[in-house]
Amino acid sequence: MAAVLESLLREEVSVVAAVRWVARRPQGLEESPGEAAALRALQPLRKDFVPFLLNFLREQSGRVLPQGPPTPAKAPGAAAALPGRPEGPARGGRGARSQLFPAPEPPAAATEAPLARRGGRRRGAGPGRERGGRGAPEDGSGGDSPPWAGARRPRGAGSPGRALSDPPNLSNLEEFPPVGSVPPGPAGRTKPSRRINPTPVSEERSLSKPKTCFTSPPISCVPSSQPSALDTSPWGLGLPPGCRSLQEERAMLRKERSKQLQQSPTPTCPTPELGPLIPSRTGSLAAEAADPARVSSRKRLEVVALVYSSCIAENLVPNLFLELFFVLQLLTVRRMVAAKDSDLEPSQDSLESPLFQSIHDCVFFAVQVLEHQFQVLSYLDKGTLKLLAENERLMCFSPALQGRLRAAYEGSVAKVSPTMTPSAQAVSFQPETDNRANFSSDRAFHTFKKQRDVFYEVLREWEDRHEEPGWDFEKGLGSRIRAMMSQLSAACSHSHFVRLFQKQLLQMCQSPGGAASSVLGEAPDVLNMLGADKLGRLRRLQERLAAPPSSGGPCPPPTFPGCQGFFKDFILSASSFQFNQHLMDSLSLKIQELNGLPLPQHEPGDEDGESDVDWQGERRQFAAVLLSLRLLAKFLGFVAFLPYRGPEPPPSRELQDSIVALRSQVPPVLDVRALLQQGLQAHRAVLTVPWLVEFLSFADHIVPLLDYYRSVFTVLLRLYRSLVLSQEGEGEMCFLNKLLLLAVLGWLFQIPTVPEDFFFLEECQVDAFEVDTAASEHGLDSVPVVDQQLLYTCCPYIGELRKLLASWVSGSSGRSGGFVRKITPTTTTSLGAQLPPSSQGLQAQLAQAFFHNQPPSLRRTVEFVAERIGSNCVKHIKATLVADLVRQAESLLQEYRVAQGQEGGDPAQLLEILCSQLCPSGAHALAQGREFCQRKSPGAVRALLPEETPAAVLSSAESIAVGLATEKACAWLSANITALIRREVKAAVSRTLRAQGPEPAARGERRGCSRACEHHAPLPSHLISEIKDVLSLAVGPRDPDEGVSPEHLEQLLGQLRQTLRCRQFLCPPAEQHLAKCSVELASLLVADQIPILAAPHRLERGQARRLLLMLLSLWKEDFQGPIPLQLLLSPRNVGLLADTRPREWDLLLFLLRELVEKGLMDRMEIETCLGSLHETPWPGDFPEELATLSRLFLAELHLPEPQLRACELVQPSRGTVLAQS
Amino acid sequence: MILTKAQYDEIAQCLISVPPTRQSLRKLKQRFPSQSQATLLSIFSQEYQKHIKRTHSKHHTSEAIESYYQRYLDGVVKNGAAPVLLELANEVEYAPSLMARIVLERYLQERDETPPSKSVINSMLRDPSQIPDGVLANQVYQCIVNDCCYGPLVDCIKHAIGHEHEVLLRDLLLEKNLSFLDEDQLRAKGYDKTPDFILQVPVAVEGHIIHWIESKASFGDECSHHAYLHDQFWSYWNRFGPGLVIYWYGFIQELDCNRERGILLKACFPTDIVTLCHSTA
Repeated sequence: MAAVLESLLREEVSVVAAVRWVARRPQGLEESPGEAAALRALQPLRKDFVPFLLNFLREQSGRVLPQGPPTPAKAPGAAAALPGRPEGPARGGRGARSQLFPAPEPPAAATEAPLARRGGRRRGAGPGRERGGRGAPEDGSGGDSPPWAGARRPRGAGSPGRALSDPPNLSNLEEFPPVGSVPPGPAGRTKPSRRINPTPVSEERSLSKPKTCFTSPPISCVPSSQPSALDTSPWGLGLPPGCRSLQEERAMLRKERSKQLQQSPTPTCPTPELGPLIPSRTGSLAAEAADPARVSSRKRLEVVALVYSSCIAENLVPNLFLELFFVLQLLTVRRMVAAKDSDLEPSQDSLESPLFQSIHDCVFFAVQVLEHQFQVLSYLDKGTLKLLAENERLMCFSPALQGRLRAAYEGSVAKVSPTMTPSAQAVSFQPETDNRANFSSDRAFHTFKKQRDVFYEVLREWEDRHEEPGWDFEKGLGSRIRAMMSQLSAACSHSHFVRLFQKQLLQMCQSPGGAASSVLGEAPDVLNMLGADKLGRLRRLQERLAAPPSSGGPCPPPTFPGCQGFFKDFILSASSFQFNQHLMDSLSLKIQELNGLPLPQHEPGDEDGESDVDWQGERRQFAAVLLSLRLLAKFLGFVAFLPYRGPEPPPSRELQDSIVALRSQVPPVLDVRALLQQGLQAHRAVLTVPWLVEFLSFADHIVPLLDYYRSVFTVLLRLYRSLVLSQEGEGEMCFLNKLLLLAVLGWLFQIPTVPEDFFFLEECQVDAFEVDTAASEHGLDSVPVVDQQLLYTCCPYIGELRKLLASWVSGSSGRSGGFVRKITPTTTTSLGAQLPPSSQGLQAQLAQAFFHNQPPSLRRTVEFVAERIGSNCVKHIKATLVADLVRQAESLLQEYRVAQGQEGGDPAQLLEILCSQLCPSGAHALAQGREFCQRKSPGAVRALLPEETPAAVLSSAESIAVGLATEKACAWLSANITALIRREVKAAVSRTLRAQGPEPAARGERRGCSRACEHHAPLPSHLISEIKDVLSLAVGPRDPDEGVSPEHLEQLLGQLRQTLRCRQFLCPPAEQHLAKCSVELASLLVADQIPILAAPHRLERGQARRLLLMLLSLWKEDFQGPIPLQLLLSPRNVGLLADTRPREWDLLLFLLRELVEKGLMDRMEIETCLGSLHETPWPGDFPEELATLSRLFLAELHLPEPQLRACELVQPSRGTVLAQS
Repeated sequence: MILTKAQYDEIAQCLISVPPTRQSLRKLKQRFPSQSQATLLSIFSQEYQKHIKRTHSKHHTSEAIESYYQRYLDGVVKNGAAPVLLELANEVEYAPSLMARIVLERYLQERDETPPSKSVINSMLRDPSQIPDGVLANQVYQCIVNDCCYGPLVDCIKHAIGHEHEVLLRDLLLEKNLSFLDEDQLRAKGYDKTPDFILQVPVAVEGHIIHWIESKASFGDECSHHAYLHDQFWSYWNRFGPGLVIYWYGFIQELDCNRERGILLKACFPTDIVTLCHSTA
């Protein structure tokens, strides 16, 4: 590889030819034979060129970037210097990305840990078990740490790499060093990576918040330093043992390399010692000035920059943004560690002298590369552009580029605003899917009811507490979640819960923070419209901004930020196999549904008609769908691969084979390969690939080895290569669409589980199928659906560029840079259901053909109208026809009950009889449904289509809408109407029976208030309370000064009358109690038991009679429910008389007569009651008097009433006489 | 009537060991003349219920039951007309109605040699005339009419108050032209948890969105509010989003702390209601 670079530097080969050679394009015409020959000779090295180049640059920069954030390089490439061994697979270090599931290192692994930390993962030949970093240092925690721990608790400085096993490769020098070479590392086990960028973040940053991802802590030992047991590095990472082996390895490789160089045709140079890489902690942060005039070897830097840029432009580097990040690091180098003089002296143009000898070199190189990458830069967000344009070094080195950037900044509208995740909104209860009819049993229904509440209780508690230090999800909520999950016995309950879970997930993690809420025809979020809760949001915003951003560098591992963490932890804590399965089913279904959603296609013909507003809407819709898909796919990937991931290191090779053989048999949870292929064919890669990347980012180590997924990765790689940004033109994918795909794919290729050399190896393989990105017809890919907001939302790590630039400006750590947070601009509660392609036959074909040449909006409109009208039709039938039938059922039921007596019959039998009578009427439903659709659809279509739609088109659209709506409605009705009627009638029957059960009379016909009533009557509760007080006074015990006035009693009864006449507030139980209390009151009046305040402390007879008459009138006129008048003759109430001395019977007799006269009780009834009184044991002469009363009452029965009445009124009370006798 | 926690505590402090009689209520009203009667009664009732819940079990040991029954029997033998049961209840600080239930149950068990069913007991308490023993019937009746916290009459009053306030709220909603679904309609649709009213179009009250309104004809103290939150309000929130609770007899001010979260408390029908404007465009 070095040979290639050297020949470039010597101008033997042009950069264009070299890049073409690397990219494997056909030879260009302008290529000289000399070039071709030179390159042909290097043919076997071709695939190692890029990794070599990247590692070369990292290594070179290692000396000069002591303070910048680390730039990881995932590029195998140590073998690059060994042209004699071209077949050796690329190998090498790359910055370690934090493992998704690293576990704390056990102390025992301390000796290995540094290597793993520093070296990152190694991928190369040889069994994984032979290599350093395997076993304990990676994930071998005490076993108590859950496999997901890493995702939640990112480790401090860097993370252990994860070794992957490969077939042994004897040509790999590190694995199988030449005989006689120094064994690398203690016990030959540790394999540090060399190609690390030893560039930590600025000091304070590294101390305060060590980077977790792709961290490549510096190699901090001087070459000569002795291995020491203690960590002497400024990083406190316990590095020494690793350093030693590293240095040994370096020495060895240098030796090897020089050997190779001697054999190679290129001239050799003495191998210089690289300068010590001591990051200066104590040095000031003040940046050295960069001066264009002091650049040491311009030409060499220009050539390397050009080659490097070309590789970037051709997508030959695994991650575009990582390289940009690296370049910006070079741009913002603060100071340089002085290299030894000897390093600087030799040949200026050879590779063996440091490429970057001064800050001036670095900046020059960076600006050169940035010039080549201007196009990408110009698509970055406004904030980044501003920082770039204002960078004084850039201005100094290339005023032209600065000018272009400024122009780009001024022209840019790409404002990326951080948005907040609003606090949780619950999934609303929808009777259609959530009511009892959707459950197998009452129990399941009620269990789910409870589960919904527990779920939200847990969610709220999480919201409140998850940011508290020391709070642990599993400890705090785990047992409650599992208890809840264990109640989900019925399979159908699982699906209900999963639906709730998934909806809540989408709602919380996708809901809009801003105004962009009215997407997909959903009702606008009233919350936002009214601007409520603004203060709360502001406060949350402040809280968030005050909190450290959780960004993990330019290539963070997949994480579950914000609310997503709740759902992830919930899944883990629930640890329910059934739940996971149902969740996967549901997620897969939703992903397929959304992925297949007919998103608006950009059609030139539509453009003039459709305004910017439409475009905004369509872009928002796309963003909503894309973000939902990514979220769902992330969780699908998480759950699907969960059983295969663990804290243990990847399996050894022998195990691997059997695991691969086994896993190959398992069908994928979702046929992502087919979906990817469909997506590419339909030119919808911009929709499909981003979610697929999310899904794959959770794959375990075995996944990329399985044929199925390997082919998926291969396709993705081919796609990545094909997305050359500079190619623009008709039918090409839009620039930002490409940029999004490049960003997500680049990110995916850095995931630890994706084999390290995959990117550079795969190109040798034959394509699974041809990726054709040149959109021959208009697909989603060629529609500008991606904007910067979406790009930064999907790839927040691009924001690291801005942070880096901002930290340069502020002169401090990256903390002060802008934060690009997860942006969730859209809502996704329900995406308009698609019409199932149910219509068949010629008519359907004609309809299809009709739409073919119409704007897509027409089709959408018609389908939407049909869908809504069809659905409304069913609702309408329910509300009219079915409701009528239910009413009929109720009246039929009444008839049966009248005919069969109060007992009625067996309810089940009744139901059968009713249904057999009523269900045939269901046949009318279809006719009514047809009529409804016929009537409603055309108007809706007309209202929604443009006025200018031609009449013929309009009428066709209307009739298709009618047809589709009718089809939908009738299909549902014919299948369900009988069952629906049955269900409703059944409910009505049980309602009626229940209602008439205990208190049949209470349900009788009731009169309302009179029309003039203003509802000012005293409240029933007040009256019950007042009467109760009188009763308690009468019954006692009471204080001597307690009592009531006759006026109060009269007033009370007057109020009672008012209350009974105003029915507004009266409910049947209250009326019943009022009736009962009034009867009790009458009994107390009759027995003269009411304590009167004024002397003689008892009611006058006339007053008592007046009150009794009032009561009688209330009973007769005003009560509408039954009155328990027989209580007047209950032993207890009659017994009240027994206590009075002298006993007075006349009031009772008076009352009984009046009752009969008013028809409130009939004589027989009273007779019976009087008769049964004799059964009670009474004291003394009481039975005798009672018998007399009975006789008197009965005797009067036969007298003409008016006479009796007159006689009663004039004569002194017989009762009194009787009592006194 | 929104009370601070301190005000509430002062009232609650006065209610310790006070029997639930009309005399006690009268004294309470004299002690806190500035508070509304209904609020005081509601607080009294709740405090008393807490007291009963705490002491319930000790009155239901078999020893306690035996001793109460024996004392009742001894008492009525001496004087059947004296308020034996009521005084016993007040003496042991237990609700008269509940004491009546204990003794009635014990009496029926002795008479029928089998524990009576709940429905029989309830029916007799509702209508003491059904109690075979005339003396006991009078004693039970006396307990019931003198108990202002428990018993069928009090239950009915509470129910009636609740109903009246729902009606009141319904009228206010109609008056404000806010369309709603009531509990019965919601139940008919198959909702599993139903607030008193769901607004068909949400409104904003004091800047907070509300989807539903629940009427509570009681005072909102900590204990009842937390129980309501757990059993009702959060469940409504879980299904319908944020909403409003009206505690007609007031509440402890400090409990209105979930406004941001979506549970708003008021002691009356709100006046500051913002409705969704239909744009004419």
